[in-house]
Parts: sequence; structure tokens; C-alpha cells
Amino acid sequence: MLHTPSGYWDPLLWILALIVAILIAYIIRGFGRKDYKGGEQSKPFLSGMDIPDEKELHIRAGNIYWGFMEGLEGYYDIMKKIHTGVVNDYVAWFLGVSALLFIVILIVGVT
Amino acid sequence: MIYNIPFIVVVLLIIVGLATVVFKRNLIKIVIGITIIESGVNLFLITLGYRENSVAPIYTFAPSTKMVLPVPQALTLTSIVIGVAVMALMLSFAIRIYQHYGTLDSRKIRRLRE
Amino acid sequence: MNMNWLLTHSPALLIAIPLLAAFLTPLIDRLSKRARNVLVLIVLITVEVVMIVLAWDVFTGNTHIYTMGASNPTATIPVQAAIPIRIVLEVDGLSAFMGLISATVSLAAGLYSLAFVRRETGQGRYYTLLLLMLVGMLGMEFTGDLFNLFVFLEILSIASAALIAYRFYRGDAVEGAFKYFVISSLGALMVLFAIGLLYGQYDLLNMAALAKVMKYTMLDKIALVLFIAAFAMKCGAIPMHMWVPDSYTVAPASITAMLVVASQVSLYALFRICFSLYGLTLDVTTVGIIIISLGLLSMFVGVTMALPQKDIKRLMSYHAISQTGYMLLGVGVGLYLIGKPEFSTYGVVAMEGGIFHIFNHALYKGLLFLTAGAIFYKVKTRNLNEMRGLAHSMKFTAIFFMIGAFAIAGIPPFNGFASKLLIYESVYCVSPILSIIAMLVSIITLASFVKVFHSAFMGPPMRNTKEGEVPKSMLIGMVILTVGIILFGLFPGWVVDHIVHPAAQALADQAAYIQAVIGG
Repeated sequence: MLHTPSGYWDPLLWILALIVAILIAYIIRGFGRKDYKGGEQSKPFLSGMDIPDEKELHIRAGNIYWGFMEGLEGYYDIMKKIHTGVVNDYVAWFLGVSALLFIVILIVGVT
Repeated sequence: MIYNIPFIVVVLLIIVGLATVVFKRNLIKIVIGITIIESGVNLFLITLGYRENSVAPIYTFAPSTKMVLPVPQALTLTSIVIGVAVMALMLSFAIRIYQHYGTLDSRKIRRLRE
Repeated sequence: MNMNWLLTHSPALLIAIPLLAAFLTPLIDRLSKRARNVLVLIVLITVEVVMIVLAWDVFTGNTHIYTMGASNPTATIPVQAAIPIRIVLEVDGLSAFMGLISATVSLAAGLYSLAFVRRETGQGRYYTLLLLMLVGMLGMEFTGDLFNLFVFLEILSIASAALIAYRFYRGDAVEGAFKYFVISSLGALMVLFAIGLLYGQYDLLNMAALAKVMKYTMLDKIALVLFIAAFAMKCGAIPMHMWVPDSYTVAPASITAMLVVASQVSLYALFRICFSLYGLTLDVTTVGIIIISLGLLSMFVGVTMALPQKDIKRLMSYHAISQTGYMLLGVGVGLYLIGKPEFSTYGVVAMEGGIFHIFNHALYKGLLFLTAGAIFYKVKTRNLNEMRGLAHSMKFTAIFFMIGAFAIAGIPPFNGFASKLLIYESVYCVSPILSIIAMLVSIITLASFVKVFHSAFMGPPMRNTKEGEVPKSMLIGMVILTVGIILFGLFPGWVVDHIVHPAAQALADQAAYIQAVIGG
């Protein structure tokens, strides 16, 4: 049992609750109609297009979250510009941060 | 004033070294830059222990009791040894990079980025 | 050789045993490869066992002091002197905590290496350097002497750089190693310069003795800036993180798992300098805000940069940066609140969360890198676009990956959730925005691991890969870390009370740190 400022966390209790929840879900599932299988409803639907062979269907990593990248295009453009891969720039960033810390700790921080 | 000259040299050496590392694109020159910074730091350590008109810190048959501090000398010696290892390893990396990329220009050595 | 003798000398033994074994390894390698592997394993297991014994003693309240070269190792100050002259090792709660992490991950990485580098040349040197990395980490954690800290830092970075370039027949490996080495030796030189500044003022190198006389003058501030910049860079805080993905990606997977711990040892050094060396003399609000903002930047930029990556290890490296942000955030909030009334309620919890996260991160990130190595071992590529359906042939690896991914994303009941919960529920004391960003980052982490799991393990099987699971020794290495994750996830209360709390207490209580060496 792990106490936090506003409560506690007990994984064993959580697992117990999870098991109970799964059990309840299973019982509710038991109320369903047993004869309802097959037919159009059980097939995957892709805007009415033909479904390619399931065995060959796989979305490559490069295409996942395409929309997210597109939405944050401006941010990612800046990030790509920063990550040049040139070792001199790495050192320059280090020196830049050191300089910033100098300003903050030595000048601003003298309160 | 005269005693501050070594410290001025220390700062100059470090600035020269940092400028080399930031602005020079040749990997060998980057290694040289690191070595210059290291010399600056070593000089700084050794200057900290210097006392005027004093002898090396060896007690046997010492002519006077005024001696330079032995600790910074031990530190500097360690630092020099480490520095040699660092330089050797860096230079061997540079050789390997030249074999693979056919160049020592840091702007062209960036298969790893983003 | 009784238990007491072992306990007294264990800080020195833990450094000496792997150091001697490291230089024995190439010699034995000439005689027999099998004997060399056995030696390395025996050393790693011995270190782990001695470390557990020592850590247990430290966690029950005894800080261990070891004076190198003294006839009585617990006497830190020689008879004629007023200050500690010899090198002093000081193992308090946090040192023992970090030592446990290093020993555990090294053991897993060593076991994993047995099969993983089986086909490479120069294995004798590989194990020498691996043991030297362990020496460097343990030395940095145990030492109570600033110059000694620098020496072990350099041992660690030289060994790491050489190991990153282990596959030197690939150009990118050498490139990553060169970049790592330039930036880390520059950082180490800045640390040495800062040590010189402190030595010039106080004529002291012992951290506890320095902490006692620390005045926080202008020169101390300059030294502090150099320390923070260098160690924050070494632990991969954004925007000084660029070497992290480069070097983590190209290193052999077992070494990457060790590099994760090596970065966290730098994090330890950063915290040690801020809390134990400077302590309350420094401007805790300013430095606390600096560390918190470094943490926030690392968390957010790290995770968003991870999302579009196509190289599996590069993606995980950015996650390593992002997770380091959590530790900086947690402990930074602790530093910000120290000396304020909220410290006893929220500050301690935040520090416990940050420190607990160090151990959790070492376990699950080490595991994830090892699974990435297992994939590389089978598929011979790190590119996610060229993988699919690996779960068909690598069932155990898939399960380990899932456990690691759940843990890093903070899904209950795994260990990542426990430490993140502590962080979420304490940092809002400073500003609710900190908690919100931390949770947001956690969600994006889950999203990007869904991407990896989908593209690497799901889908139809690849045609041209060999069937079957990776060799047993690699699985055993992964099992060690998995067991750690599950145990830490199921019993977080026990772990926090008995392991994390003493570590956080050791960091917060500067007076105890000084008193252990100086006395009185």
C-alpha cells in the first residue's frame, strides 16, 4: 500500500477490482443472444471498399499518427531544424545553456 | 597583477579551445580544441598550488620549508593521464570515421540526426 | 571472513572486484572463452549479492564510510589533521539505491551479452569495458571526494564511448561514439574546472567537508553553473540531449541498457551536488525552477520527438530523455520546496517519486532496449517500417515488450504507475500545470509504444526471418528485469518505505551527510 498526499494506491486491491469488473462484464455478455453469429454485421467495414486479404494487411510504422505529425507540422519543422546531427552544434547548445544558467544564477538569482 | 597572468592564460586557453570545438569543422581540429581546453584546465589546477619562492613538495633534504601544494600536482598528473586516453580514443574514432565516410568534415558526418 | 568484515570493506570491494576482474578478463580470454564468460558472470553476481547486503544495511539506517588506505577505514580524519585528507567513500541511502540499480542492470546486461555478442570479434575487450563501466558507475555513486568523482566520470565515459563504437565496422557506430565522446569529455573538463574553483577557495576536495564550509560566493555560483550544465548534459536533459539518441541507437542493446543507468548516475551526481554539496546555502528557488524547467522541457520535447521516429532504438532513446524529465521534475520540486513548510508533505513525496522513478526507469527502459536488441538480433534491422508480425515467432520477447511498454506508459499495476502517481500527486503543489503536462506526456508515451507494438509485433509474419525465439541467455537477461518490474509494481508501498524513503531522506538531510564524515 502506497500512501500519496491525497489518497493511497494498492495494486493488489486494484487487481481484485479488475477481476470483479471482468467477471461482471462476462456475466452481462452471457445475457446476449447466442444465435447471432455470421452475416454482414460481423465483417470489417472500410467505407464500402473491398477489404484486402487479411493475411497481407499491415500498416507500416511510417504511416501511423500521420495526422498528428501533419497537425503539428510547424513544431516538427523547427525540431528538425534543431537536430542537425553536426557535433559542433551539440557543443554550441551546451555552451548556450551554460551561458543562460550563468545569467539566471549569477545575475537574476541574486535576490 | 603578475600573479594573475596564469589565470588570464587559463581563460584564454579555454576560450580558444571552445571556439575551436564550436567553429572548426574538421574532426581532428575538434580533438585539438578539446586538448587545448584540457591544457587550460590543467594549467588552472597547477597555478592554484603555486607559491612564490617555494620548492617541490619533497620533504627529504628540502632547502626551505616553503613548498608548493602537492595536491593540485597530483590532480594535474591524473588529469593528464586521462587526457591522453581521451585524445587517443578520439583520434582512433576519427580514423575509423574517415575510413567509413571518406571525409573528416563534421557537416558531412551526420547519418544520425533528427 | 565474517559478515562484519564484509560489511565494513564492501564499499571498497564493490569497486575493487570488478576493476581487477576487468583487467583479468583479456588474460583469461586468451586461455578459454568459456572461462572468461564464467568469470564475468561470477563477478557480476558477486557484485549484485554484496551490493544487496550492503544496501540492506544502509537502508536500515547505517551510513557506511570507508577511508581508502587507512588502517582503520572508518576514521576519516587522520590523527594529525583537521580535515579528511584521504579519499573517502560514503555510502548513504541514495548511493546504495543507485548502486543497486547499477548492479542489477549490469547483471542483466552481462547475461544478455553472452548470446548477443556471440558472433562478434573482440569479446574479451567487450567484457573488460563492460566491467569498467560498472566500476565507473559504482565509483561515482560511492565516492565522497570531488576529484574522485571526476576520475570515475572519465572512466565511465571512456568505457562507454569505446563500447558504443563496439561495432566499429559500421560507420554510424563510430560516428555516435565520437559525438558522445566529444560532448562528454567537454562536460567532464567543465566539472574539473569547477572542482578547481572550489579547491582554490576552500583547499578541500571532500564533499562533506566542503559542504560544511560552503559560503555560496560568486566563485561557488560559477562552479555550480558548470556542475549543473555538465551533469544535466550528461543525463540527457533537453536542449543538450542530441548525443543521447545518436549514441543509444548505435550501441549494442546490452550496452544501451547500461548507458541508461550511466545517464542516471550523472543525474545522481547532479542531485548530490545540489543537495549534499550546496544544500541550503544555494538559492533553492532559482535552482529548483531551473531543474523543474529542464525536466518539463525534456519530458515534452522528448516524447514528441519520439513519436515520428522510424528507428526502434532511436524512438526508445527519446523516451529515455522524456522519462529523465520526470526524475528532474520530481526531485526539482523537492529542491524548490526544501526549507519551506510544504516540504514535509509534498516535497518529500515529490522527491520519493522522482527517485523511485530512477529505479523503475532503469528496469523498464533496460528491458525495452533489450527487447529491441532481440528484434535486431533476429531481423537485422532497426527500421520499424521493415518489421511486422514478429509476435508469431518471438512470443516471449513480445510479452516482455508489452510489460515494458505498459510500465513506461504508467499503466497500473506496473511499476511506472506507482512512481508517476507519486509525482502527479505532489508536483501540483508548485503549479497544477506540472501535473497536467506530466500526464499528457504519459499519454503520448503510450501512443508511441502502441505504434511500436503494432508495427513490430502485429500483422502477418515476415517471410525472410528465421523462425524461433532468441537464445536463452538473452531471455534470462530480460526475465531479471521483468521480474523486477512486476515485483516493484505489485508491492510499491513496501519498496517506497524500505528502499526509496531512505534514499530520499539521505538526499534531503545534508547535515547527516556532513556528520557521517566530519562527525559532530
